[in-house]
Amino acid sequence: MLANIVIQFMNGLAGASSLFLVAAGLSIIFGVSRIVNFAHGSLYMLGVYLAYMLVEFFGRSSIFGFWGGVLMAALCVGLIGVVIEIVVLRRIYRAPELFQLLATFALVLVIKDAALYIWGAEDLVGPRAAGLRGAVEILGKRFPQYDLALIAIGPVVLGLLWLLMNRTRWGTLVRAATQDREMVGALGVNQSGLFTGVFFLGAFLAGLGGAVQLPREPAQLALDITVISDAFVVVVVGGMGSIGGAFLAALLIAQAKAFCIGIGDVSIFGTVFSFSKFTLVVEFVIMAVVLVVRPWGLLGKQQGTQRGTFMVEPPLYPLNRNFWLAVLAVVVLLGLVPFGGDGYLLVLLIDIAVFALFAVTLHFLMGPSGMVSFGHAAYFGLGCYGAALALLKLKLPMELALFAAPLAGGLGALVFGWFCVRLSGVYLAMLTLAFAQIAWSVIYQWDAFTGGSNGLVGLWPSEWLKDRTVFYAFALLLCIGGILFLWRVVHAPFGYALRAGRDSALRADAIGINVRRFQWFGFTLAGTFAGLAGGLFAFSKGSISPETLAVPRSVDGLVMVLLGGVQTLTGPVAGAAVFTWLQDSIARNTEYWRAILGLTILVIVLAFPQGIAGFTKQVATRIGVMRREAA
Amino acid sequence: MTVLSVSNLSKAFGGVKAVQDVAFSVAAGELLALIGPNGAGKSTCFNMLNGQLRPDSGIVNLLGRSLVGMKPRDIWRLGVGRTFQITATFNSMTVRENIQMALLSHHNALLSLWKSANEMYLDEAMVLLDRVGMADQSERPCGILAYGDIKRVELAIALANQPKLLLMDEPTAGMAPNERVNLMALTARLARQDNIAVLFTEHDMDVVFAQADRIIVLNRGRLIAEGSPMEVRANPEVQAVYLGSGVTYAGGH
Repeated sequence: MLANIVIQFMNGLAGASSLFLVAAGLSIIFGVSRIVNFAHGSLYMLGVYLAYMLVEFFGRSSIFGFWGGVLMAALCVGLIGVVIEIVVLRRIYRAPELFQLLATFALVLVIKDAALYIWGAEDLVGPRAAGLRGAVEILGKRFPQYDLALIAIGPVVLGLLWLLMNRTRWGTLVRAATQDREMVGALGVNQSGLFTGVFFLGAFLAGLGGAVQLPREPAQLALDITVISDAFVVVVVGGMGSIGGAFLAALLIAQAKAFCIGIGDVSIFGTVFSFSKFTLVVEFVIMAVVLVVRPWGLLGKQQGTQRGTFMVEPPLYPLNRNFWLAVLAVVVLLGLVPFGGDGYLLVLLIDIAVFALFAVTLHFLMGPSGMVSFGHAAYFGLGCYGAALALLKLKLPMELALFAAPLAGGLGALVFGWFCVRLSGVYLAMLTLAFAQIAWSVIYQWDAFTGGSNGLVGLWPSEWLKDRTVFYAFALLLCIGGILFLWRVVHAPFGYALRAGRDSALRADAIGINVRRFQWFGFTLAGTFAGLAGGLFAFSKGSISPETLAVPRSVDGLVMVLLGGVQTLTGPVAGAAVFTWLQDSIARNTEYWRAILGLTILVIVLAFPQGIAGFTKQVATRIGVMRREAA
Repeated sequence: MTVLSVSNLSKAFGGVKAVQDVAFSVAAGELLALIGPNGAGKSTCFNMLNGQLRPDSGIVNLLGRSLVGMKPRDIWRLGVGRTFQITATFNSMTVRENIQMALLSHHNALLSLWKSANEMYLDEAMVLLDRVGMADQSERPCGILAYGDIKRVELAIALANQPKLLLMDEPTAGMAPNERVNLMALTARLARQDNIAVLFTEHDMDVVFAQADRIIVLNRGRLIAEGSPMEVRANPEVQAVYLGSGVTYAGGH
């Protein structure tokens, strides 16, 4: 028993090292540049792949070949980080936070397809480390030598980082910039040099974290998303920008995971609980608990306010006659499609309508309510499963089962939202991600009830909706109705109260508004309509899988909103239409649709930092001004 | 009539006694200035009145009702308007909408999901803007106003719930000298018209001596003087605090 515990503890320590390296890099980059680098997991993935290639190149059998390959891989990733910083990020430091996020997400897409092109889709199993192939005996159990080396790497890197940050001039500048980068700039420090250096260090750490994992796990394309969500959790639990905190959190989470695997199946009151399945959620549970108890993480401090980088949103214009005429025109146009278009077009338009509603609910949170959600797919997916289970398990007719969709989405948002509104900014976003991940893994693992990874099939609409044209009209009606309702709410006192809380929580509180409660209601409202979108999605496809609430779906939503422009009301609809259409048409023609999508996003971000709708609005205003001046 | 009465108010942060045993009262229609050098405890004192900080001990009564332990938003509902040292307005809304926001909250109309907020309490908002001289800028976004104008908007917001007491933390901070006196003259006029009690902290002595009916002076957490502007000006201890006699820090109290 004791031997088992010791071995699990050692396993935890070995797992913590690599996690710490990635998280420390992410944390340092965030601290200085205030960019949440979504592509950090991709850099880790590149570290694994490059190490695989370089170790082969230098010779896997010699000690020099292995460690030289690992170090070279980390250096290469560091240099890739430098290129990314200079080519992309440097241009958008002053753009709104969300745009930076979108840009780094575009990088995720591009890097994934680059890896697919270079190394192929097969998993690549790396060699064992030369000189450390054996195992040592601890309390009668065998423990791999290489894992002992890993255990040492974490604290060694922590020590080196501490020396770098506290004993060198460069480190002092990094710490100063983490506290107040503008003051550092005002003192005459070359900021671009500093930022590039920081990005090199962060990327190097991510690459190293990946490279040292090579003997333990194969190089594969799904690493980027799993690693980034792990690293996010570690950074948030430890406290943004705190390296020591990242180390502590990495230890905590790796230990929790190791023990969940170690405990295995336990029988409590006759029911068998599988703790090893719990590994998928344990880190998110830890994060949720830590964030509620210590909102800035274990060793983190509240971030200082940023100066001069945010954009002030223009006032909302009332929904006037022209607006309603435009809506009417769109509805009439969409109503004419079945008479001219083919069946395929109808399917695409149903998708667009569903995702437009989804994007509008997300925008309702991100725009007027000022709450960015990284896990909005949870409510979409809960809607899918709510409707599906009501149909299949409760045997409700389809019309009633569809009601279960907004109900499930809304209930989920009511529960998760209660925790989320206690935080703000990046921390809030992370907590939404955590809850989405929890919901996902419950559905993914509950085979008996939700069908597990296979999902649920046989979700067909009632007889009268079987005809595709009728279902098109039905879905369109509900989606447009939902979108218009939410827009109406934005213009109603409720929406104004949300905006008031976002603009100035201090002032809102001073005029009697309970900001948190309004945010909670707003969160629930958005979740309810996201659930409706999910229900319609389920019945339009006929089958659903846990994909409907996985991270990529949440990211799709973010991309749609940001593509359209978060500062405009109609933007998310435009973004959803363009995104869905692009995804559909590119995916049909090339294997590398992600790269094309990613490059498109990068071009848009660098060229129109206000989104598509924001850009057209700007052009329209400019033309308007010119006309007025000419008159 | 006494609107706000404070007694035995104390607050310590660790070993630092920021406010000790402070007592005063403000009457309806009266402008009471709270002055004192930096670190005297003005902001701490203020934040205990508006609900941001909970006092360690003491009594804060608004028209006989205790405010101790209440949240800022609940204190506002009892009729206490506030303006901030660094202005806080809703920058994505127009000037008029800022006022409408306060009116919507005052009339408990915030939960409506359907009505158009832009058209609610429109006339009432315009009356308030007219009173502070901002009616002609009602359609401009609040985010692009000049600083002095934002201060006026804040004043109108503070008046929206027909307050009995106005708490103004450094109302003229960051303004041009002549604007300062104008803003406080406007405040004094409105307060007397509506019979509102006003408590304000202020660094600008021109403003204080021109507009305050009464002045209380705080130094190192204690009240050292109280009276009319003439009396406070003549008080030797106040002079020592402001001009520095060397005794202040050597002798203590």
